[in-house]
Amino acid sequence: MNVLVFADSFNGSAVKAAHEAASYGAKIANGGNTSIVTYGEISESSLNELASYGITNILHANVINDMDPARLAKLVEAAANETGAEVVIFSHDYTGKSVAPMLAARMKAGLVTGVIDYPSTDGSFTVKKAVFSGKAFAEVKFNTEKKVISLLPNSVGKTKVEASANVTVFNPDLGASSVTIKEFKAKGGEGILLTEAELVVSAGRGLKGPENWGMIEELAKELGAGTACSRPVSDIGWRPHHEHVGQTGIAIRPNLYIAVGISGAIQHLAGVNGSKVIVVINTDSDAPFFKAADYGIVGDAFSVVPKLIEAVKEFKAAQA
Amino acid sequence: MNILVCISKAPDTTSKITFTDGNTKFNEDGVQFIVNPYDEWYALVRGLELKETLGGKVTIISVGGADYEPILRKALAIGADEAVRIDANPTDSNQVAAELANYAKANNFDLVLLGKETINYNGSQVGGMMAAMMDVAYVSNASKLDVAGTTASIEREKQGGTEVLEAQLPCVISAAKGMAEQRIPNMRGIMAARSKPLNVVAASGATALTETVSYTLPDAKGAVKLIDPENVAELVNLLHNEAKVI
Repeated sequence: MNVLVFADSFNGSAVKAAHEAASYGAKIANGGNTSIVTYGEISESSLNELASYGITNILHANVINDMDPARLAKLVEAAANETGAEVVIFSHDYTGKSVAPMLAARMKAGLVTGVIDYPSTDGSFTVKKAVFSGKAFAEVKFNTEKKVISLLPNSVGKTKVEASANVTVFNPDLGASSVTIKEFKAKGGEGILLTEAELVVSAGRGLKGPENWGMIEELAKELGAGTACSRPVSDIGWRPHHEHVGQTGIAIRPNLYIAVGISGAIQHLAGVNGSKVIVVINTDSDAPFFKAADYGIVGDAFSVVPKLIEAVKEFKAAQA
Repeated sequence: MNILVCISKAPDTTSKITFTDGNTKFNEDGVQFIVNPYDEWYALVRGLELKETLGGKVTIISVGGADYEPILRKALAIGADEAVRIDANPTDSNQVAAELANYAKANNFDLVLLGKETINYNGSQVGGMMAAMMDVAYVSNASKLDVAGTTASIEREKQGGTEVLEAQLPCVISAAKGMAEQRIPNMRGIMAARSKPLNVVAASGATALTETVSYTLPDAKGAVKLIDPENVAELVNLLHNEAKVI
């Protein structure tokens, strides 16, 4: 079947999650055409990299650069018509969550968001998604010919194949933007975007004060990890809100989540229980987080974390 | 200003999640239902604050059966003026959004607010679908909202930072943390809620486009493997050789 993948762009490149979505789309197409639609400023090398997941065509709307979901939904609809796509794939990230529902309503297509695995196409087209904040999974069947899926990042990985795609400039008439962007406040600091991080180091109230985060940042840097925090810590202003993971913050599913001085309240677990491996470091052996952990160290963060940084450095030196 | 706040009910966060009927139905036995926190804490409370400064009315709306009424009464107790229940038992977001959009279009709301997602289905679908069906602007994941005249000023979190933007009313806005602070209903509010209007209206007959065929629970987590705090190098070794994540 023909598949269309929406690739979001940021700072001149396709976002990381779009690569996984492209690879996912090519697998589903199973010999049919897999096309990508993207927009805004995006480098040729980034387009080539997207193509390497087995993509046939890339449609690039280079004249729009603001993220107005209404216009992007029109763009993706035009691209779906152009490419004869039966299935449209998004990443379940900020942009995907805005645009996919508008597109599905426009196309009168069924929509399943937050999908975590390849569809089953045996008789019916069914996908698996996490529900109840990660406490269960649902198998959801499409009853429509056109289907829209958003893929939870870091769910299926990605595979490159030998391929190159035709890149076409694609600027259908999308009308005026329905929103006016006034300003974009980029998050300060270097570091890895939390939603894209494969490894995450997170800390909570057990760290006793914002001045003690140096070792968390150092551990994250040594591992090449993003940093996160628990809700109390962001509420009292020790850490910025965008680092807050949990039910009311953001949900992440990295390969490795290291929680330091976080007790593991159910609301926090709701944001991280999709992580593949969880490490908990806490002085309290009764902390509920240990029940959700794969590995645990019962000990004081102020002694364990510096040792862990040294151990990671030694490991890296041995690997080099 | 005429504000519509869409309310979903959700099982309390601490609920035990189990299924019945051959894993095809959520088991509601003993489950405490609450107003979906994103709808309540952020969307409804910000709607009430805007009404308090700009004047107007806050209507809350749900698509559901009679079991929705305690949830709607709770939202009325927090301060909404009146409630509408569209009488249907929807099975997917398209059905919910189509019913809500149909009502919103017919009743000329300036602003439609709802939470960024529900905590049971985590779909983030209804707001965007409604906006497309109503052909109005949609801003998702808003952490700040002000209205002056017919212009909504919004901040939203997105990839890599915060965007400051404006949209013209009418529009649909989904609310995230930061937009408002939770309000606890007081006794006066609870008493007043009993006599506020709760209108039941017939559904327009919108249909579902997807159906949930079964649920599964995650595999039980094995016991945590504890590592001696004096030997953290062992953790690095396990993460590399056993878990293969570094």
